[in-house]
Amino acid sequence: MGHAAVTLRIVPDEIERAVAGLYVRSLQSLPPDVEGAIGGLRNAESDDTARQILDAMLDNIAVAARTGGLLCQDTGLPVVTVSVGRGVVFDGIAVEAAIRRGVARATREHPLRSSVVHPLTRANDQDSTGIRIPAIHWQFVETPDWLRLDFVPKGSGSENGSFLAMLLPADGIAGIKRFVIDKVVEAGGKVCPPTVVGVGIGGTSDLCMHLAKVAATRPLGTVSADEHGRALEVELGRAVNRLGIGPQGLGGDATAYAVHVEVAATHITLNPVAVNIQCHSARRASATFTAAGIEVGA
Amino acid sequence: MTRLHRLTAPLSETAIRELRAGDRVILDGPLFGIRDATQIALFDQGRRTRFDLSGHAVIHTAPNVRRVEGGFEPVCVGTTTSARMERFTRPLMERLGVRIIIGKGGLLDDSLAAFAELGGVYLAVNGGCAAIETTWIERIEDADLLDLDPECLWRFAVKGFGPLLVAMDAHGRSLYAERRRAVTANRASVLAELGIEP
Repeated sequence: MGHAAVTLRIVPDEIERAVAGLYVRSLQSLPPDVEGAIGGLRNAESDDTARQILDAMLDNIAVAARTGGLLCQDTGLPVVTVSVGRGVVFDGIAVEAAIRRGVARATREHPLRSSVVHPLTRANDQDSTGIRIPAIHWQFVETPDWLRLDFVPKGSGSENGSFLAMLLPADGIAGIKRFVIDKVVEAGGKVCPPTVVGVGIGGTSDLCMHLAKVAATRPLGTVSADEHGRALEVELGRAVNRLGIGPQGLGGDATAYAVHVEVAATHITLNPVAVNIQCHSARRASATFTAAGIEVGA
Repeated sequence: MTRLHRLTAPLSETAIRELRAGDRVILDGPLFGIRDATQIALFDQGRRTRFDLSGHAVIHTAPNVRRVEGGFEPVCVGTTTSARMERFTRPLMERLGVRIIIGKGGLLDDSLAAFAELGGVYLAVNGGCAAIETTWIERIEDADLLDLDPECLWRFAVKGFGPLLVAMDAHGRSLYAERRRAVTANRASVLAELGIEP
C-alpha cells in the first residue's frame, strides 16, 4: 500500500458526460497553439494562393465560433487517451463503457455524422462506435489524485497518410530521413496541409506506429523527450517546408506546422520508422478530473 | 489572367471549356453530394439513381445532417479528399453526364484526360473549412440511396458556393500535376541539403 490517501474517485456517468462534451468541443474549436500556428504561417507565407487559403482557415475558425458550426465535416475516428495519476480509484471496465456511451451520445444528440463502419461489411451503426472504436489508450503518471481524458477526432484525410517501414540497421538515420521526406511528398495535398508530421522511430512495428500518432497529436510547441529526437524534429521540420507542397497541395511555403518525433528503444536487427499525419485542423480537447472538479480545455 | 465565373448547373460542354486553370467559380443552384460508397454502389454494384446528373456538378462529401420532417437539414457540409475516388471520374462523366467535380487535394492523370476528352473540370474547395462551406448551403433538397447514410447521393441547393479554384481544366492543365513536378524537383535538393543520396 504505497499511496495511502485516496481522494479522487471516478464516477462513470461524469466520464460519459465529459466525453460527449469533448467530442463536440473538439469539432467546433481549435486549440490556441494551432490557431496561432496558422497565423504564424500566414504571416511568413510568400505565395498569394497559399496566403488566401491560410486566411480561409483562420476565417473558418471564426465562422465556426460564431455559428456553432463544425470546423470540418469529418467527425473522424474517436481516439481517447486516459492518463491516470496516483491514488485514483476507478473501475476500468466502467470507464471504457462510459467513454463509448459518451461518443454515442454526442453523435445522437448534436447530431454528428457517424464515420465509423465495420471494416468488412462497411455497416454503420450510426453512433460513431464499433469494434474497438473509440480507440482507448491508457497511461499512468505520477501526479496525485488526477485523471485526464484527451480526445482526438482523427480525420481520415490525414489518417490515410500513415506509413510504416521496417528499415534495416544499415539504412541508418539517412534511411529514416529519406522515408519521412518521401512520405510527405507522396501524401502531397491529400492530407490537407499544413500538417503535423508525426514520426515514430524504433520499438516494435505496432509501438512505432502508435508513437507516430502520439507525435502527430502532440500540442504544437512541445518537443520530443529524447535529445536525438529533438534534433531530428528541427532538421526535418525545416526540410519538409522546403518541398513547396504548400496549403492544400497547391504550392507555398507552409507544408507543415512541425515535424514531431517520438522514439522507443528497438531491437539490434530493427530500424522501424512510421509516419502519421495530422491535417491543419489539428483538433483535440481534454477534461482534467481532480478533487476540485472537472476542467475542460485544449 | 484570373477570371471569376458565376455559374448555375446544368452546364453545356461549351460553358465548361470556357473555364481555365487558375480561374475562380461561384456556383448557384443544385449541387449533388457523392462519396466512396455512393460511387461503389453506382459503378461497381450497378445500382441506379432517380436523379438526373447530366450537365451537373458533384461534390466529394458526406455531410452531417439532422433528420427533420420531410427530409434533412444541413449540420455541417464539407469536402473530403478526392484522390480516393479517382477511378470514378470517367464513369461519372460518361454514364451520368457530370461536368464539374468539386473536391479537395486534386484528382490524377486519368481524370485530367477524361476532363479534356469529355469536357469537365475539377474545382478545388479549401479542405477543412466546412464551417464556411456550410453557410453556402441553402438546404438539402433531396437524397437518394438512403441506405448508404451518410454516403447517400445528396441533392443540395446552394447559393454563392465559392469562390472555388479551377484546379484542373478541360484543356489538359492541372495545378496539382504542375505542383507535383515542382515538388519532385525540390525533393532532390532537400535530400541533398540533408546529405542524403536521392
